[in-house]
Parts: sequence; C-alpha cells; structure tokens
Amino acid sequence: MSVALFIPCYLDQFYPDVAIATLELLERLGVDVVYPDGQTCCGQPMANTGCTADCAPVARRFVELFSPYDSIVCPSGSCTAMVRHHYDEYFADDDPKFNHVKSRTFELCEFLHDELQIKELDVQFPHKVSIHQSCHGLRELRLGSCSENMTVREDKVRNVLNLVHGIQWCSPTRTDECCGFGGTFAVNEADVSAAMGRDRVADHVASGSSVLASADMSCLMHLQGIIRRESAPIEVMHVAQILAGRNPKHVGNA
Amino acid sequence: MLKKTPATTTSRQAVLDRLTGKQVIGPGLPTIEHDRMVHFDDPVEKFIEVLSTVGGQAHLVDDAQQIAQILSDIPVYANAKRVVSLVPEAIPGSLDVATIDDPHALASVDWTIAKGEFAVAENGAIWVEGATMPHRVLLFIAQYLAIVVSRSDLVHNLHEGYARIGTPKSPFGVFVSGPSKTADIEQSLVLGAHGCRTLQVFLTP
Amino acid sequence: MKSLPIVDHPTKARPFVADTERFHWHDQALWFVRSKRDKQAGSVPEWEHLRSLASQIKTETIANLGDYLVEFERNATALGATVHWAADAAEHNEIVLKILRDHETLRIVKSKSMLTEECGLNHFLEDNGIEVVDTDLGERIVQLRKETPSHIVLPAIHIRKEEVGDTFHEHLGTDEGASDPQYLTEAARQHLRDKFLAGEVGITGVNFAIAETGGLVVCTNEGNADLGVSLPRVHIACMGIEKLVPRFQDLSVFIRLLARSATGQPITTYTSHFHGPRDPNSELHIVLVDNGRSRLRNSNEFREALHCIRCGACMNTCPVYRRSGGHSYSATVPGPIGSVLSPTRDSSRYKSLPYACSLCGSCSDVCPVKIPLHHQLLAWRKELVGENLLPYSKRISMKAASILFRSPRLFSMAGWMGRKSLKILPHWATHNRLNTWTIARELPEPPRESFRHWYAENRKR
Repeated sequence: MSVALFIPCYLDQFYPDVAIATLELLERLGVDVVYPDGQTCCGQPMANTGCTADCAPVARRFVELFSPYDSIVCPSGSCTAMVRHHYDEYFADDDPKFNHVKSRTFELCEFLHDELQIKELDVQFPHKVSIHQSCHGLRELRLGSCSENMTVREDKVRNVLNLVHGIQWCSPTRTDECCGFGGTFAVNEADVSAAMGRDRVADHVASGSSVLASADMSCLMHLQGIIRRESAPIEVMHVAQILAGRNPKHVGNA
Repeated sequence: MLKKTPATTTSRQAVLDRLTGKQVIGPGLPTIEHDRMVHFDDPVEKFIEVLSTVGGQAHLVDDAQQIAQILSDIPVYANAKRVVSLVPEAIPGSLDVATIDDPHALASVDWTIAKGEFAVAENGAIWVEGATMPHRVLLFIAQYLAIVVSRSDLVHNLHEGYARIGTPKSPFGVFVSGPSKTADIEQSLVLGAHGCRTLQVFLTP
Repeated sequence: MKSLPIVDHPTKARPFVADTERFHWHDQALWFVRSKRDKQAGSVPEWEHLRSLASQIKTETIANLGDYLVEFERNATALGATVHWAADAAEHNEIVLKILRDHETLRIVKSKSMLTEECGLNHFLEDNGIEVVDTDLGERIVQLRKETPSHIVLPAIHIRKEEVGDTFHEHLGTDEGASDPQYLTEAARQHLRDKFLAGEVGITGVNFAIAETGGLVVCTNEGNADLGVSLPRVHIACMGIEKLVPRFQDLSVFIRLLARSATGQPITTYTSHFHGPRDPNSELHIVLVDNGRSRLRNSNEFREALHCIRCGACMNTCPVYRRSGGHSYSATVPGPIGSVLSPTRDSSRYKSLPYACSLCGSCSDVCPVKIPLHHQLLAWRKELVGENLLPYSKRISMKAASILFRSPRLFSMAGWMGRKSLKILPHWATHNRLNTWTIARELPEPPRESFRHWYAENRKR
C-alpha cells in the first residue's frame, strides 16, 4: 500500500517537526510512505472565505497530485475535512480520481485507528495531558462524540494516545468548545477569537494539564500564540509528536 | 360587543402564488412509531420524579379524604378564602363559579382544584381539557393550583399523550407541568411568575 | 426607503468582549442553559431519532407550504377563527391595528413573539396611541429599559440583576438597590396582574399551528400568554407562515424537542392548544405573515432555515454569540440562525454576520430540527463573494493565495521569506497593530527550514 503524506501548508513552513514526527511514526509502523513533491495547500482559506473560484484550481491540483496513491494521510482534521466534505462542488459526481481521493484521505489518528488498527506503541509520555478536540475533527470527521450530539462515537484521538505509556489525563470543564481559531475568523473577528482562545487556555491550565495536545496544529498555533503572549504555564504538542516519542520542551513535572 | 373584524385577505393570493410558483419535492411525512420511544418500568414513579424537578409536588392518594387531609396541612390552603373546585366530588369549593360571567371577577381566587385527563411520565405534564373549566383563566389566575388525575391515566411519553387526545374536541386544552416560573433575571429560577405559585398533583387510583 | 447602516459585527462585538468580567458572566449564564439542555437531550434515548423526524416533517411542510396553509385556513375558519394574510411587516401591523380600532382598544397585553419584534409592532401601536404591555418578564424588562431582546428565548440575558433592580425601582417603585430575583419577580407579578386585568385584547405569538386541525400551540413558562388571552374577549395570534406542522400528532415530536433544546426543561410549564375562539362571544384572529419567508422557501440554498422553531439552542451553544452578546448582531434573531436569516433580508447590510463564525459546527449538532447552520453560513460567504460584497482587500488576498498555492516554487519562496523575516525583524516590526493576529497572540517561532526542505535532504531516494 502506497501512502502519501499530505502536509498542510502552514505545517510545512512553520511546524516541520509535526510533519517529521508524522513521517517517522508511519515509517516505524512499517507504512510505505512518501511525501509527494509539489503539494501546497488544500484551499481551505479560500473556500472558507467564500472565494470558491479561487479555491477550485487549488482543489483540482490537489486531486491530480494525490490520486495515484492508495491512501493519503494528513496530520490535520481540518484539512482532511476540507478534502472529504468540501471538495464536491469542484468535481463531477463520477470523477474517479476525485472519488478515490475523497474516500481515501484520512486524518492521522483516524488512519492509525481505523486503517492500521494499531494496538500498541512502544512510547513513553509521563506527563499531564489534556486534549483539545478540534471542531472539524469532531463535527466534520466525527473522530469522537461531541457534547451536544447524543450519538455515541469512539474517541479516536484519545484511543490512539492511550497506547502511549504514562499519560496522566487531565480534563478541561468544557470538553469540546471551539478555540476560536477558525482560519480567517482569527483575523476577521480578532477580539472574539482571542477571547475564545484565552478561555480555552485557562480551562486547560485549570485542569492541571502541562501539555495541551491536539490533532490539529492550526488550533494549536493560535493557542500557542496566546500561551506565549500570556506566559501561561502549559505548552502545546501535536498528537503526532507525542506518538513519535518527542518530549515536551519545558519538561513538565509529571 | 363591537363589530367583528373580517379577515384581511388582500395578500392571500400573492403569498400563495409565491409558495406554489416553485415546485419543491418533499420527502413525505414520517410515521411516528411509538415503540421506538422511551418507556419506563414504573411510569408513576417517573412522573413523580420529573414533576418534582419542575417544581411541582405529587401525592399518591387512595381517596378524597386523603386529598382533603393533605390540603388542610398546607397553610396557604387552610387560610384560603376563595377555593374553586372543578372536582367537587373529591374536594368541595368555597366559590361557585357557575354564576360568574366575566372571568375578571375571578381575580381574587386563591385556589383552583382542577381535573386532569391524563398525565405524562416523561415530562411531568398533565393534560387539562378546557371543557372541564367554566372559565379557562381559573387555571392561570389562581394563586395556587391543584390537579386531580388518576394514576391509571398515565402515559409514558408525549406521543402516547397526543394519541390519547386524538383530535381536540374543545377550543382549549393545555399541558401543565409544574407551577408558573421564570428565570429571566440572571437565570435564577423563581416559582410563581404570573400563574400559580405552587402546583399539587393528586394521583388517585 | 432610507437604507440602514451596515452592521459590522466585529466592531459591535468589541465593547462587549472588552468587558472581560461581563462577557464571562454572559458566557457562563448561557453555558449553564446549554448544559441543562445536554442533560435533557441525553435523558431521551431516541433524541437523535426525534431530530430526524422533526427535520423530515419540516422539510415536507415547507415543500408543500401553500397547500398546508390553505388547509390550516380552512380548518381554523371552520372553528370560528378569522384568518388574515399579511405579505409583509407593514401589512401585519395594519391588520393588528385595524382589529384593535374595530374594538376601540386602548390597552393590550402581549406575550412573547419574535414575529411581532420582527415587524416592529410595539412601536407602531404606540405611535398609534395604544398602550402595549409585554408580559413576559424578560420582555417587560427590556421594554421598560427601552432596549430590544438580545436572545429569542431569554430576552434579558444580557442584563444583570442589579440593573433590573434599578429599572424596577424607577418604574415599579421597588426598593432602591434591591436586586434579589425573587423579590423583583414578585414585584413584576403584582405590577403585571393589574395590566392583565386591564388588557382589552391579548396578543400572542404562535409556536406551532396545525394544518389538520386549524389549531395553535403557544408555549410559556410564566403562564403570561394564557392569562393575557383568557381574560379579554379578543385574542390576536401572530405567526410566520413557517410555523405550521401538518398533523396534530406531529406536535408530540416538536414539543418534546422544543423546551429541552431551549432551556433544558422537559416541557414548558404551559403548552396551550387553542382551537377556535373561546365562546361565541369571543374572537380569535390569526395573522399569517410572509415577510420574506416565501422567498426563502424558494431558495434551494437556504430553504432549511425555515425549519427553525426558535428554541435558541444555537445561540446558547455558539462560542461567538456567548462572547459578543445578542445586540452585536443588530437583528431580531441573533446568533447562528440569525446570521443565516438576516442576510436573506439585506445581504449588503448584514454581510459581516456569516463571517462572525469560527465554523465550529456546534450549532448544526445542537439544532433540534437539523438545520445545517454552519454549512449555510459557509454558503452565505460564497453568495456574498458572488454579489461582490466581500471587501476588496480580502478578495485580493484570496486571489493572491490561490496563485501562490498553484505554484509550489512561489509557495516555498513565500514561506522562506516569511520565516526569514520573522527571524531577522525585531519583535515590534512583526507584532504591531497592523498585524491583527499579533494584537493578542505571538507569531510562531520560525523553524530553521521547511518540512519539504528537510524531506529533500533526509529522505529523497
């Protein structure tokens, strides 16, 4: 099985270690993984602004580039949701390349959980961890149950992290409230967005957590920006980094 | 009585034309399957529990005497001057409403004892038929309200409740669940907003 | 007609969210309501099934709305009600005024109705010399304060008890400084009793109207709608044409969902069913109002917004609404559903609302009738771009992004420049008021190299 790594644009440029961790993790699990040359972005910023005409060529380019692979794996719920749920308007219903890409693009935890069905990991992470569920992972990809929906679902992010030894779970009071990133929302509605982010950080800090983990680096970029500005006693890590055996930067006292 | 205002239908056709101008295919109406809906092992117990969460009080009674006994232990009942009973066979009233024409005259009613047709376990509601009341305002204007309903007339959920009503037979009917309440000031729950301040429900055999 | 000022949500939200203590209080109050809702929804094992039933019933109703309205009119008329049709808000107000004039009415009591808010009925009647008393406690509070409701179910959710105390001290003569909700509610009870007894006509909204029976359902917790219409001889019920359900039995689905979604109660205290006037000497007038609804029905994109039963759950769950307050939307219906509905009335005026959303999707999951709210907000953004209503700067930056993302070479170069400038420029140059991101947040620390560069060095076979 050939697996293509789909690395979101901002990860590639600003958080390469998350991409490296994803790659190393998949390699360690024996996956035949490659990073296709020439990839850029899924087009979500344009689509979420309503500029679908500007998104269309980017989406078509994406499908062309990734369709030769059996599976496409992405360490971001939001970008995966874009491809799976928001590409339809750019392609014909019976476009075989698009249908292949749509059905075979997976968020990393989902891929580990459903496709590889991993049952163990030889990794230690003896730290206090709280999960930030990304909205798109939760409500578009359904990676877990969400508090307002009564359908019970498996929590794929937590299940995968539970394979890591030594995690001490901390739980924020609001288990799945939006962090306020929302792509261009963070800039359009800067005040409300920042207030949402500060509230999330405070909730995670109050839970006793020292590592705020998420499967979406975009949420973490925003939360990290707030944590650093406010000098909050917590740090962010992408789930891939924990699964790949990285340590927190400011080693928390577990 | 002044003249009755006739219907204004100037725009009727224009609205209907807009609504029928574009055909939209609907999915048809679903069947509401009662056996898919919640049922309780002990619906009486459930009713009592839910009623208490919405601020009402239920009493399991065996006969009218017991109702009188429980009521007389409630100071605001013992001191009440004007009690209207719509269930005289169980509790006598002190005010005869048969002679009252104008509902405004009921402003000073202290207690209304009303008759419930059936009760709903899932939400602590009791269905009261308008036809059982000479003035429907009795249910809302009294300071305190009691409803007498048989525990053999208990349904599990609202679907069964509506099925039981079938087709409305009188101009008014109401589900009552607990005393009048509001939380409009800082979400603080206050009982007795405009209607009854308390609700007693007597579950007879 | 004079065009109304553009609503800029971020600007209107700013003072609200800047008051940290107050917005946290507002956020908590609404979160409390949502938590109660979650508990109630969780107590119904078939909750998600009920949502699907409700969605199907509404889809069917709206598809054949014309037929159902005619059926409703026929049955309501047969029961002795008088059914009026209003194309818009102005006609609705005229119809109500005519009924009041015909009955030489000077004082009316009104229970909560978002439709009459939408039509601006209160001001219209007051301008015509009629005393209007809103009897819902929250509505009475905002009416005395000369404000508008900030929430469709909890009209005074933005007002603190001390402020209610001040208002009641001024208007109802309560003790100065008194702010106990129990005491204030009792004062309102006494004050409104007199108003109920003096009301000559009762006006209510409508939660549901039933085509099959010609009846109406009105839900309240306070009992104010019932008191308001059980004393006078004339009841005017004002409803949007989307309020219909086809069958009497359909009510069971919606009544189970409504209060649980709205306030986390298993049912409202009073769920009143009116079928025709009280007696031969009484009148029941039903005013059916279109006011843009038929146009919305004919929109393939936004038709589902007509399914709304006005429970307010999307507001309670919306992280933006909770932190920006209902008034920041400048519309009768705020929050997610308001941000879908308002631009259907005036897309230019309300163009900022579809962007007042982080696309978290919680509203779509909480909605008891399954309106795909966040997808509709996204659809609105597309619509606004199509109507050329997106600011030029944003349009141009998206065009630029599109060009960038079509060329890996350009993209890499831009990324390199971004990382480099972050590294070499002083903090003040990258973190200033011109960069909206950095007003409240730090920029990422620039890494040495991009992933693609690392991959080329370390993995290229």
